[in-house]
Parts: sequence; C-alpha cells; structure tokens
Amino acid sequence: MPTVSVGRDRLFAALGRSYTQEEFEDLCFNFGIELDDVTTEKAIILKEKNLKDENLSLDDEVIYKIEVPANRYDLLCLEGLAQALRIFNGQEGITRYTVANISKESMLKIHVKRETSLIRPFVVCAVLRGITFDEAIYNSFIDLQDKLHQNICRKRSLVAIGTHDLDRLQGPFTYEALPPPKINFVPLKQVKNFRADELMEFYKSDLKLKKFLHIIEKSKVFPVIYDRNRTVLSLPPIINSAHSAITLKTKNVLIECTATDLTKAKIVLNTMVTAFSAYCERKFEVEPVEVISFDGNSSVYPDLSEYNMEVPLSYITGSIGVPLEVDEVTSLLKRMQLRAEQAGLGDNNISVSVPPTRSDILHPCDVMEDVAIAYGYNNIPRRKLSSLKPLPLNQLSDLVRYEIAMNGFSEVLTWILCSKKENFEMLNRKDDKSTAAIIGNPRSSDFEVVRTSLMPGMLKTVGHNKDHPKPIKIFEVGDVVLLDEKKDVGASNRRLLAALYCGANSGFELIHSLVDRIMEVIGTPFVEAGDNTGYYIELSDEPEFLLGRQAKIIYKGRCIGIFGIVHPEVLNNFDIPDPCSFVELDMESFL
Amino acid sequence: MAEDAILGYLATHEEIPDSGQFASQHGLQHNDVVNVIKSLHGFRYIDAQDIKRESWVLTDEGKKYAAEGSPEVQLFLAIPPEGSISKDELQKKLDPSVFKIGCSQAGKNKWVDMGKQVSRKVQHVEDKVKDLLIRIQDGQVIGKDDINSLKARKLIVAQTWKGYSVRKGPNYAPRRKKVATDLTRENLQRGDWKELEFKEYNFNAKGPPAEAGHLHPLLKVKQQLKNIFLQMGFEEMPTNNFVESSFWNFDALFQPQQHPARDSHDTFFMEAPSTTRELPEDYVQLVKRVHESGGYGSRGYMYDWKREEANKNLLRTHTTAVSTRMLYALAKQPFAPKRYFSIDRVFRNESVDRTHLAEFHQIEGLVCDRGLTLGDLIGVLNDFFSRLGMSKLRFKPAYNPYTEPSMEIFSYHEGLKKWVEIGNSGMFRPEMLLPMGFPEDVRVIAWGLSLERPTMILYGVDNIRDLFGHKVDLSLIKRNPICRLGIN
Repeated sequence: MPTVSVGRDRLFAALGRSYTQEEFEDLCFNFGIELDDVTTEKAIILKEKNLKDENLSLDDEVIYKIEVPANRYDLLCLEGLAQALRIFNGQEGITRYTVANISKESMLKIHVKRETSLIRPFVVCAVLRGITFDEAIYNSFIDLQDKLHQNICRKRSLVAIGTHDLDRLQGPFTYEALPPPKINFVPLKQVKNFRADELMEFYKSDLKLKKFLHIIEKSKVFPVIYDRNRTVLSLPPIINSAHSAITLKTKNVLIECTATDLTKAKIVLNTMVTAFSAYCERKFEVEPVEVISFDGNSSVYPDLSEYNMEVPLSYITGSIGVPLEVDEVTSLLKRMQLRAEQAGLGDNNISVSVPPTRSDILHPCDVMEDVAIAYGYNNIPRRKLSSLKPLPLNQLSDLVRYEIAMNGFSEVLTWILCSKKENFEMLNRKDDKSTAAIIGNPRSSDFEVVRTSLMPGMLKTVGHNKDHPKPIKIFEVGDVVLLDEKKDVGASNRRLLAALYCGANSGFELIHSLVDRIMEVIGTPFVEAGDNTGYYIELSDEPEFLLGRQAKIIYKGRCIGIFGIVHPEVLNNFDIPDPCSFVELDMESFL
Repeated sequence: MAEDAILGYLATHEEIPDSGQFASQHGLQHNDVVNVIKSLHGFRYIDAQDIKRESWVLTDEGKKYAAEGSPEVQLFLAIPPEGSISKDELQKKLDPSVFKIGCSQAGKNKWVDMGKQVSRKVQHVEDKVKDLLIRIQDGQVIGKDDINSLKARKLIVAQTWKGYSVRKGPNYAPRRKKVATDLTRENLQRGDWKELEFKEYNFNAKGPPAEAGHLHPLLKVKQQLKNIFLQMGFEEMPTNNFVESSFWNFDALFQPQQHPARDSHDTFFMEAPSTTRELPEDYVQLVKRVHESGGYGSRGYMYDWKREEANKNLLRTHTTAVSTRMLYALAKQPFAPKRYFSIDRVFRNESVDRTHLAEFHQIEGLVCDRGLTLGDLIGVLNDFFSRLGMSKLRFKPAYNPYTEPSMEIFSYHEGLKKWVEIGNSGMFRPEMLLPMGFPEDVRVIAWGLSLERPTMILYGVDNIRDLFGHKVDLSLIKRNPICRLGIN
C-alpha cells in the first residue's frame, strides 16, 4: 500500500487541532489508514546517506508516514488526506468542485495530432488559475505527482503528468508525435538545448529518469507538446521543458496528462486539480481545457461531474448487520465524502452522489463499506456463529496420550471395576473407607468397587501377558472415581495417567524420564525443591512401592502423583515374576 | 582357512568328492568345512551336493570299554590265575556295573566258574569287544554279527554322517569378494563405497520388529468417531461422572420406577455413596407428577412415585443420563438449537461372556431443535452411518421407555449377507422434555450404539475380552492398523 509522508504540524494545522500520537493513531485506525512511522526529515536523510552525524543543519520537523489504501488516490497528499479526515470528523461538509464557466471561444485548446496514436494517444488538461504556492504547498504539489506516477500511473507508463507555468506559454497547444531528431529543447534542470534523441542518451545515466526511457525509447516518434510559438512544454513521459517550469511564484498552472489509458488519465487529472483547487483564487474551481482531436472530436476536461448511484437501505443494513434508518445512513455517508439522500419520499433507496475524488466507488458494496467505516467497525454488534466448544480435559488427555505413545509406550484400556482386594490389599493399601465408591450388588467379586487407581488394571494386564517379550511398556489414561462430598451424587471422576515398565530390570530411570518428558510436553520447568513455579521430585513412602525407589511428583507446590519400583510383595500378589516400575499422576492438575 | 582351501582346490580340480575326506586330508574340522561350503553355496561360488553315510559311533559306555577294556576282561583279570577268589572279595575289587556285566558276559563266554568262590576256566582271553570298539572308533568296517552284538549291548549306535560333494558354481572365483551388508560411516570416510558389493538382501523375510508406542484400537476408533461427530457439527458432552443418581439415569427420562432395567439384576447400585445428596427440587416435583398423573397431554404411569428410588445412586447404565442433565441445563437458557455427542463408559450388571462385559462404551448423538421430524432422524442416521461405511440402512419399530417413536437401526452386512442391528434411536418423549421447560415445538432426536461392536467388526475380533480389559494380548494392541473410519 502506498505511503504518504506529511509534516505532522502542517497536518494538524490542516485538521484544525492537534492530536497525541495515540489519538491520531486511533483516528487513522478507524478511518482505515495507518500511521506507519514517525520520523524527521533529518532522520530520513541521515538514514539514506547512512550517516550518524547529528550536526547536519536540517529540518527537525516531525514527519508522519501514513499508509493509505491503494485505491484512494485522493489521499496521496496532505491536502486530500486532511480534507477527508476533516469531513470524517464532521468538521466540514462535502466539497463541491466546479468547472469554471467559460465560453468555448475563450477556452484554452490543445490539438491532438494523428501521429500520437502511434505512441501515446491521449491527453487531458486543466488549468489552476490564481493559485498561491508556498514552499510546503509547492512540495506537496510535486510529491503528489510523484505518488501518482508511482501508483495509478504505473511508473508513468499509463499516465504521465506535466505541470507548467501558464503565463510563460501561449495557447493553443498541440500534442504531437515527432521523430526524435526534430524535437529540440532545454529540459528541466538543464541549461543546454538537447535534441530528443540526444536527451535519451543523456538520461541513460540519470538514476531517476532512466527507468522511464523504455516507454518511448524504441518508438520512431516521440510524444511532445508545443505551445502556439512552438515552445516545447514537455516530452512525455520523460521530462518537462525548463522554460515553463513552475516556481513558488507561479500563479496559473497548466496541468497536462498524457496517457495510454484515458480513464486513468482523467482520474489523475481530477486528483491533481481537486486537491490543489483549494489554493486557487476561486476555491475549488478549475478552468477547463478543450482537447480537439485530429478527427475533429472535441472534449472538455476536467470532468468533475458526480456519479450517481441508488443503493437500497436493506442492502446496506443487511450487509453490515446493524439496523439503520435512512437519515442515519445519509449522515454517515456524508462523513465519507459521499453526498447521499433518500431517493424519494417513503423510499427505502438512498441516492448517492460520488464526487470526482472518489474514483474507488464502483458498486453499492463500496458505499456499504463506507457506511460501515463511518459507523465504526468496532461499534458493530458481534453476532456469534454457531460453533463447538471442546472439552479441555478430553483434548488434553488425547494430546498427552499421543505424546506417551510417541515415547514408545503402548496403550491399554482396562476396566473401571475391580475387586476390593485388587484395589487395596493386593497393592499393600488399607481401605480407610474414605476414597472408594462401593457397589452394593455385584454379580461377582470382580465388580465390587470402582477403581481409585489405574494400578490394579495395569498390573493385571502384565500378569496376563507373561509370555509377551520384555520389556513391556504400557500406559493408560482413564478415569477413577473418588468419594466427593462436593458432588450431588457424592462421588466424582478423576482423570489419571499411568505408565508401567516391566523387564529384566525395574526400569525405574525410564519411568523417571517419562515423568520428565510429560512435564516437558506440559511445558513445566524442573525446579528446585520448594519452588512452586515448576515441578520437582521428592522421596515418598507408599506401601505399594519399594522404599528408597519411589518419589512424589510435586507440581506447582502440590503432589500430583507418585512413581517408583513396584513393591515385590505387590508384584507377587499379581503373579508378576519380573520387576516393574510404575507412575501414576493426576491429569486434571494440568488444566 | 577352510574357504581358501576349498576355493584353491577347485581352481585346479574338478570336484571335491567328499567333504569329510577333504577335511581330514587338509587337517580341517569337518564342521568348519561344512559351514564354509554352505556359505559359498549360498553365494553360488560352488555347487554342493549332499552326501549321507550311515556309520557307527560308540556310546558313552562303548567309549569307556574302548579305553579300559570290556567288563568281562576286567573281571577275568581280577581273578587270580591260580586258585580262586571269593565272590564278595571279587565284587569289592571291581566297579559294580563292571562286576555285574562282567559276571554275566564272562560266564556266557565260559571263561570263569561262578560260585561262592570264583576261578578261571581258561588261562588266556582276548578282549575282542575292546578291539572291535577301537576299530569302529577308527572308522574301520566290521562284520555284521559283531555290529549286532555291540548294538545289542548298547555300546554303539548308528549315526548318519552328512557331508557334501562340491564343484565350481556359476559365481566361482578363487577368492571370495568381500560383500558388504550395510553402508557405514567408515565406507564414506574411506571412499571405498564405490567398490562395495552388497550382500543380497532377503526381501522375503520381514524386517526386524519396530520399536514403537501404540494406541489402543478401541480408542483409535473412538477418535475417528469423535472426528465424524465434530464434522457433523456435534459438541462433546462432559461424561466424566460414572456414579449417577437413579433420578438422572431413569426418572428424568420418564422411565418408571418398576421398569425391569431398574432391577438390581441389570444395574449396579452403589453401597457408597448410596444416595444422592441433592436434586433440583422444582424439577423433581414436575417429574414426579408426570410419572404419577401425567400432564402435557399424557396420562402418566399412574403409580406412587417414590423419592427414595430416585435418590438411589448407581453406576450409569447409559450416557443418556448425561444427555438428560445437558438438556435440563439447555432448557433453562433461552432456546438455542444444539447438537451433542459423547463416547464413554457405561455399566451393566451382566455376566461376562464373549459378547458382553459389565462395562462398555456407548456412542450417543442427539439433536435438539424446533420442529425436528422422524425424517430428520433418519437423515442424520444415514449421514452418520454412511460415514462409518454403512449406507444401506433400514429401521425397525421398537420399544424404548423414553423415546417415541423408537427405531432399531439395521445395516445390511455385505460380508454376512444379512441385516444386522447396529444401534438404537428415537425421539425423546414429551413427558421427558416438557417438564424440563422446553417450548412445545422443541424436539430431540437421538441415537446410540456401542463402540465395541463396530470395533470388533473392524478389527476382526470375535471375543470382546480380547479387545478390552486386562486379559487383552498386548500383541493385539501393537499389531492393529490405523482406523480409517470416516476416510473415503
């Protein structure tokens, strides 16, 4: 997107008030432009020259670099930008641009010769009469040409702009295409006369101009504009003549746009004249120029007429999702430089007049967008589309399951129900009646109690897989049930994770490293004992594990699980001949 | 050594007729020679033909006699040339087995007089047995009668000798080329990989078993089903509450208190925690009334509804208990349509057999919206089951206490060439929905099936205990393929 550099103080002066940077950023944000950078002329030049010298006597004025949408040519200079923001802020109404009422006879004329169609067939012109330049306006005037050349003019290939001091010229003008050796003039910033073909050679070493040479270089004829005295105005799209160069003192400016694309030429001309007609004696009035073609056709430029469009209210409100009345929409559109009114009494259509500055408005959807911008994107009530909420516990469980499988463990899925003996005695645990939910009517002792640990199921699995090659590495993520006073039914599920290693040796270190890996994927750092920001391991004393080879996992200050070598008595109870290490921890503590 | 000898010999000779002879001629162990022949044959440096020979070898006993002499000679020599020796004394001089066998053999040979006193009958004997054994040891051939008698005394056994005759093979070279089995870092560093010739790789055998972790097949299927539900816009219900009150499991579903499903033969009731602490009282009253006397256009079941029955805790018999809680909560909000699903454990007090467990996984889907029709239910079922690869469905009228209409879902099984039941479905009864406070035009369609059944079909498991529980073979968990349900 194009960026416009404007002096902050001049901009604020044009806006009629000053802003803090934050306020200005907000204004830009809501209007759909962006304050890209804040710098100074000095900083820019130092950066360009790669210097660090602070002592350069350069302007310290703060420069705002503002990014504008690529289709808003009217915002490419301070004048247009400030005007758009003033109108957006409701500080002023919509500008009406007029073409000076001049009779055909006294109108300036430019005659287009047939040969121009060989190279650059179109020209449009206009005159800014009685303009007052100061240095800033003058610079802005030059900058705008540059920006237009860079953007819509596609580096002058589609359109090239020439501006001239009209008082140093005499109409009528002719737009011709001549063999290069027949064109002779002193170009801008030079003192010597050049023949056009020599000039092309000369500019091959000019960093700024050499990139435009290709546009006409290979042509047998070069486009050129003369006044009635055969004074060269310009050799488009390369250079103007020095003779008619504008200065700070210039009062009357002739603007000519030569082009291969007539529509774009008209937009460029309109952009130039609308932005700078504000500095004319008759504000916002532009003097027309008649373009007379070799075939006798004639057109008068600039065309500052407004384009009219009818937009149904329902289309606007239906697209934005905000119920608005006609008068609300019309006043919102006024803030976007679009004159709008109810199409007819009781009519729900809005008739919109698009000014010449708004060439970006093509369709009612562009109007609708401007209503939304003026309403404020961030004021639009949000409508929630139907969407699904995941269950965090299940999501987390699945993610951790995959990680453990990636660690080389195989998943088992064991029963929730088991015998009291398996849940307690066989694990060397005592039933203090405070943890387990007990079934009143089990059909067999296998279903006496809802497990409070994944351990019995895991050990039973190992016991039933004696013939499986060692080592056995298994895991399970599943629910246990604990008595819970806080629950309506008096019990609640708890999601646990368990893993077991069984082999020729206990694999205690392997289970330890699995614990570390789980913590790593959870994103928890290993910390020193007593530190509550991560996890640490602390010796434990539980009957189902071997003393000295068992430990608590302390996560954020809370014990969330235990790992250790399974006690040989427990192994014996489950008929397991090989040593096992086991870890069990509470998944819900990671939520 | 052996390899050089074989390849070298074949350079100048047509054939090695007998690997055994070749080994002894070259002072090599026959075993080594055989191994080399097998290897060279494998690489087709040589062609080897099997040779088999029957030969006799000494048993341990035979070897002993070959070294120490036969027991009969040992006995004979222990008897003094003149006079006699008492039998007891003679026994003391000899090994018990030598004495026993010696006595019988020497007696048979008529070498000695056996009585209380033992004396020689002849003065000189030859140890023919020892001689024969030594000759066999040396590989000499002996007579058939001798063989038979030694065999009868278990001093020799027959042995098949295996060897090879060897000729040049198609790849013959006087020296074997070094073949590589793998490309190593050293090969790259030395640059000798250009000259490497690789040993032929046996692609007929599988590679070594991979070290890997594995997910449980049932949970793989669960994951795919979950994806299918999510693709269909269903939201997962929190089902992590196994202990449930009878109220939410049965009463709220308009399931009468005398219903057989509420019998202790079918349901696990809790001893601890035995009863629920709280229920939403206003709603309980509405449920009680609809059971007892109806309302909402219903006659009700016309019985005395007992609060104690509703309070009894149990292990949920279906995840619909959770759906009921979710619907109750939904009805309290301004109405918004919802689609819910869950896949989790449920419990039935059943005896365990090939197809039944006391616990299994229920898949449940439900849609709550205004104006739903039976057509919507059939449509959503078609969508759901065709994603599982079951597109040929038909529906059988059925009874379910909380749905009306109720439909059993049947799918045509192409393999079995018959219709099989794959699930149950229906529209929840107004007596269930209206007490919750739903507007009258809100309907709920729902269906359920077990996770185990499609998984068993998918993975070809015919006993549920082989799929789920601690008796599952860990190899099954490791072998099973990915679940492609919903991927077409």
